[in-house]
Amino acid sequence: MTAPPVASAAPPARVEELQARIRGMQATRLDSKAVPTHPALEPVLPGGTLREGTVVQVEGSTTLLMALLAGPSASGRWVAVAGLPEFGVEAAARFGIDLERLVLVPDPGRQWLTVVAALADVIPVVAVRPAGRVSPAESSRLQARLRQRGTTLLVAGEWPGSDARLGVEASEWHGLEQGHGRLAAREVVVSTAGRGEFVRRARSRLRLPGPALEFAPVDPTASGHAEPIPFDDVRRRAAG
Amino acid sequence: MSADPGRTIVLWCPDWPVFAACRELGLDPADPIALTEGGLVFACSAAARRDGVIRGLKLREAQYRSPAVTVLEYDAALDARVFEPVVRAVEATVPGVQLVRPGTLAMRARGPARYYGGEDAAAEALLATLAQLGVVGARVGVADGPFAAEQAARAAGASPFRIVEPGASAEFIAPLPVGLVVDARTTVLLNRLGVRTLGEFAALPDADVRRRFGAAGAFAHDRAAGREQTRVTARTPPPEFEVEQHFEPPLDRVDQLAFAFRVRAEEFIDRMRAVRLVCTALRIELDDERGGHSSRSWLHPHWFTPADVIDRVRWQLQGAGTADSGLASPIVRLRVVPERVDSTGNHEEGLWGGGPDERVHHGLTRVQSMLGHEAVVTATIGGGRMLADRQVLVPWGDRPPERRDDAPWPGSLPALAPASVFRERLPISLLDASGTSVAIDARGAISAPPERFAVGADRAVPVRAWAGPWPVVERWWDAERAKRVHRFQIVDDDGCAWLLVRDGEGWWAEARYD
Repeated sequence: MTAPPVASAAPPARVEELQARIRGMQATRLDSKAVPTHPALEPVLPGGTLREGTVVQVEGSTTLLMALLAGPSASGRWVAVAGLPEFGVEAAARFGIDLERLVLVPDPGRQWLTVVAALADVIPVVAVRPAGRVSPAESSRLQARLRQRGTTLLVAGEWPGSDARLGVEASEWHGLEQGHGRLAAREVVVSTAGRGEFVRRARSRLRLPGPALEFAPVDPTASGHAEPIPFDDVRRRAAG
Repeated sequence: MSADPGRTIVLWCPDWPVFAACRELGLDPADPIALTEGGLVFACSAAARRDGVIRGLKLREAQYRSPAVTVLEYDAALDARVFEPVVRAVEATVPGVQLVRPGTLAMRARGPARYYGGEDAAAEALLATLAQLGVVGARVGVADGPFAAEQAARAAGASPFRIVEPGASAEFIAPLPVGLVVDARTTVLLNRLGVRTLGEFAALPDADVRRRFGAAGAFAHDRAAGREQTRVTARTPPPEFEVEQHFEPPLDRVDQLAFAFRVRAEEFIDRMRAVRLVCTALRIELDDERGGHSSRSWLHPHWFTPADVIDRVRWQLQGAGTADSGLASPIVRLRVVPERVDSTGNHEEGLWGGGPDERVHHGLTRVQSMLGHEAVVTATIGGGRMLADRQVLVPWGDRPPERRDDAPWPGSLPALAPASVFRERLPISLLDASGTSVAIDARGAISAPPERFAVGADRAVPVRAWAGPWPVVERWWDAERAKRVHRFQIVDDDGCAWLLVRDGEGWWAEARYD
């Protein structure tokens, strides 16, 4: 019987990288089921789709939130929006959210976390704007419930321990000029940050919405823009 | 032929629809009141009739004849609802009552006449019962057959009842117009043929009437001749489901009241369940100490459970307040009446439980019981030019308003709708190059191109692109509700687009494209 060959002491950097990788794999939970998502959001979301039981932060754009809700709604799921009194119903309908299966709780008040938990029990996709700070204990308790129910939570604000963060970094409107024209289409740069280092930070360009009220990734060949730029590369290039 | 030629008592309350509306809304029946249906007068009070208002008159003509008239919409359900206690009271006096229509009851005369010792004594007993309920001016007619008896009640005039001797009914109804037994077209035809009264119609040979007017004509002919074959068909009194609770001392807290009513709510549902019924709509009536009355119907997408009934009571009480808030005036009486019941068979759960929508409903009901009925809403898109008008929010469980046609609404926005529509418009400032606010003159021209834009008291940012003004003129014919605003679309320096509105008071942000 021979002892297994003892590996040479791994450099600490390597250990950290591996641990980050394990964390990332645990966080993304490969066994969780995918929620039907709008195909335009494939380059934006880590793993290409929304997943059941995850929390996705969406910052700075209600349209992006609607785009995320449109996919599940089109596939026949109920969606709920809590704490967003200014949620534009007409825009939601035009962007493909079925109003028959949309529930709004415009003012959940102080009990918003309880309301979200009650909604998450029955509605598979819930969007919420937190009315206050969430403690890590509260968030992990709710997240356990989300995983158990298979509910996806979209948060328009801060959330400790979210699985992904989407943010609109830049937006450019087309169609409106100096004194004439009208808003017709816009292109945005959406930045994505996953949990842990396993999913790399990335930016991608989207039409949000395009001229026919559709969501689509901007075709790099047509407009001359490059592929979605990995965030690391940008930093590396900036560093020299 | 039997010895009893179908002696019938008919109890008639004149102007019942008016009386019912007055009782519900607390009006005085002595005032001129008209109920309309489809723009025509359906019923009116005695005071209005004195002014010349009659049934079938156009509303405008009625208001011209009687300027002080109060006009209300006719509600058939209200009629029947207010009449129900009257029917119950009469059933307690004389069993076997047929409800001809709200306001008119028919019953066989033989039993009551024997019990009270005469047809006139029975009629007086009935009128005394009605007087106890506060129904004044009722008339009783006794004759052979329901038709003749009703005509006798209507012909009573000043005396409270009119009794037509047995066998004299044909003579009694002979001078009445023929239109009482046949429809309007046949009436015109008979009048042209020279037949104007029931007596003349009855004198026509039986076989000829049947050949010319068919079975319906023969039936009318029998009625006109006082040979009516129809008999009173007494209704089976429906089981009583409503529950009522008086509070002594009056309760002034919502939670106290909800707790006190819990037993009765369970009893309410259990009683219906015992006869295999479920309640899908109910009405809650509340009386407070100061004499205030609140009444409201509640619908349920499935059926009510005791907890749902208590929730509805709480929502009706608290309005916009919270669960532990006090009430304006203590409640002395609470009454719950089922408005629509259905067989449990139609609401049976499937073998594998209800569908997913039922789960959704239970979850949302929980949220509603936390926050109130109005807090959970579904949305539909209505008509209008301003964005806030176009989104119609309906509390969960209520019926959405009827969807209107997609009218064009000239002046509304193009297809791209803003993602954020502010409930309260944000005050903003839109400045030109020299730092003064951009103004719009009467012809819709701007004073200078906008250069800088600020929300509230924030730092002003440059305007990258803009377009406008797009005028919106609404209800120019109505001085109080007229609206004349100008809309702008701008893109600010951060690449965020806004929909701005300029009205008489200043600049506002109506919505944001974000």
